[in-house]
Amino acid sequence: MLDAAAIRKDFPILEREVHGKPLVYLDSSATTQKPLQVIDALDHYYRTTNANVHRGAHTLAQEATDAYEGARAKVASFIRAATPREVIFTKGTTHGLNTVAYGWGLEQLGEGDRILLTVMEHHSNLVPWQIIARHTGAELVYLDIAADYTLDLSGLEDVLDERVKIVSVSGMSNVTGTIGPVAELAEAAHAVGAIVVVDGAQLVPHLPVDVDTLGADFLAFSAHKMLGPTGVGALWGRAELLERMEPFEGGGEMISDVQLHESRWAPLPHKFEAGTPPIAGAIGFGAAVDYLTGVGMDDVRAHEIEITRYALERLAEVPDLKVYGPADLDSRGGAVSFELADIHAHDLATILDEEQGVAVRAGHHCAKPLMRRLDVASTARASFYIYNVPSDVDALVSGLMRARQIFGVG
Amino acid sequence: MALDELYREVILDHYRNPRRKGTLTIPHIHAEGQNPSCGDEFSLDIAVDDGKVVDAAIQGIGCSISQASGSMMADAIVGRTVPEITDLTRQFKRMMSIEDGDNPVDGSRPGSVLGDLEALQGVRKFPVRIKCADLPWATLEDALAQLEGANKGHGDSET
Repeated sequence: MLDAAAIRKDFPILEREVHGKPLVYLDSSATTQKPLQVIDALDHYYRTTNANVHRGAHTLAQEATDAYEGARAKVASFIRAATPREVIFTKGTTHGLNTVAYGWGLEQLGEGDRILLTVMEHHSNLVPWQIIARHTGAELVYLDIAADYTLDLSGLEDVLDERVKIVSVSGMSNVTGTIGPVAELAEAAHAVGAIVVVDGAQLVPHLPVDVDTLGADFLAFSAHKMLGPTGVGALWGRAELLERMEPFEGGGEMISDVQLHESRWAPLPHKFEAGTPPIAGAIGFGAAVDYLTGVGMDDVRAHEIEITRYALERLAEVPDLKVYGPADLDSRGGAVSFELADIHAHDLATILDEEQGVAVRAGHHCAKPLMRRLDVASTARASFYIYNVPSDVDALVSGLMRARQIFGVG
Repeated sequence: MALDELYREVILDHYRNPRRKGTLTIPHIHAEGQNPSCGDEFSLDIAVDDGKVVDAAIQGIGCSISQASGSMMADAIVGRTVPEITDLTRQFKRMMSIEDGDNPVDGSRPGSVLGDLEALQGVRKFPVRIKCADLPWATLEDALAQLEGANKGHGDSET
């Protein structure tokens, strides 16, 4: 079991106060805080090593390239990728999903083809496919959620047939916390010849991931949701698919030869990394992965189950509060969305911040179709990570009781 | 305590019992607004006679601040002429520091046209919530722009 109290000492931001109260950060599904080890890696890089990668013959260029490629190897090993060649540095999950949508979907899809999504997707795994469907004439079909907020696979055979060429699904919902049944979906998808794309923005930070057992063909995730810097992420793909996939962006670094009318692409992974990449960010990402590896992803998951268990227990004590997400801890992660009486989520967020220094997310969580499916305009969301302790949950509950008082509920 | 200034009783009352909720059967103007970042929605119907708003109806989904602001606004515009409403909007925005940010109007001073709307002054201390209070007013500005366009169109067709 990880020692959250010890871990907290690595996160300088947790020492600050908000409205005179110690910060209680419950918005890690939006972005996590950063440990000193990551901050130091960025600082060290800019102070000692800064240069462009894969371009110069000088010492700094070599060291920067080594650090950048070293980070790639760390990220690859973190998700048990067969080779670092399968890991492309991106701007983040959205960029990774767009890279597949444009590079694979735009090239491979046509009239009569289908893309299978789920109603619980984040906009970043909906909008790119809507654009590709519009360009190619392909059709979008959807899996629904069940009454217990898990993905409903009962109608899978009705929607999954040979017409489906791409299945793209969230590994973990950022709203309900639901863990997507990726392995099961992947098996069914592969049986009809479809490829499987996983939005891993919430999955990879919170669960041990082995891309082989995950069963997917592509996995996109972001550094900043797993202790790393913003502006960088990774797209993993099976090498044979990446070899066939067209680049989404053209530019420097992604070519092996350029002539006036045509070019040849660089080998993997550089074929997908046009322009100067987020070098410092990737190195910070590597440091984040080192940190999580040090903690141990099994312990990360175990801690998250415990803190989520405590949160669900304490939230059940708040009258008129409804949680939107699975009650079964094995089916969910640590994003807990809820509604309290007729108090709007934004009002809750303001009161929690002002009264208790508690940071939660409020709104539609970039998942408007899911909110409509749940028949709710907005929810408040508390989300947990390795540095959260039970007293954080207590502060949340105190703030919610105060909100009831201010709004004269009960 | 800033929260007490934000969540005044009159605001919670307008939130729970919005005035003029619904739609007009024959509205002269219909406008809709939303805050894409938070998902709040607001729609406004107004009926205009001889340059004066004679009826208004609102519908919306959102937080107490956006919905109370809309309810108070609907009450405030009925019976006022278009220039009066333009002035009201300007005063509201000044109170909320949306315009002339360094010189907020004291809405409670004698002669203020803001009435109940003064209760929204507390929002100023919560900069991220100002856009909530402003949503109905942005929708109103859209409605007034439509009205001006319609009048212009009407005038053009006569000449």
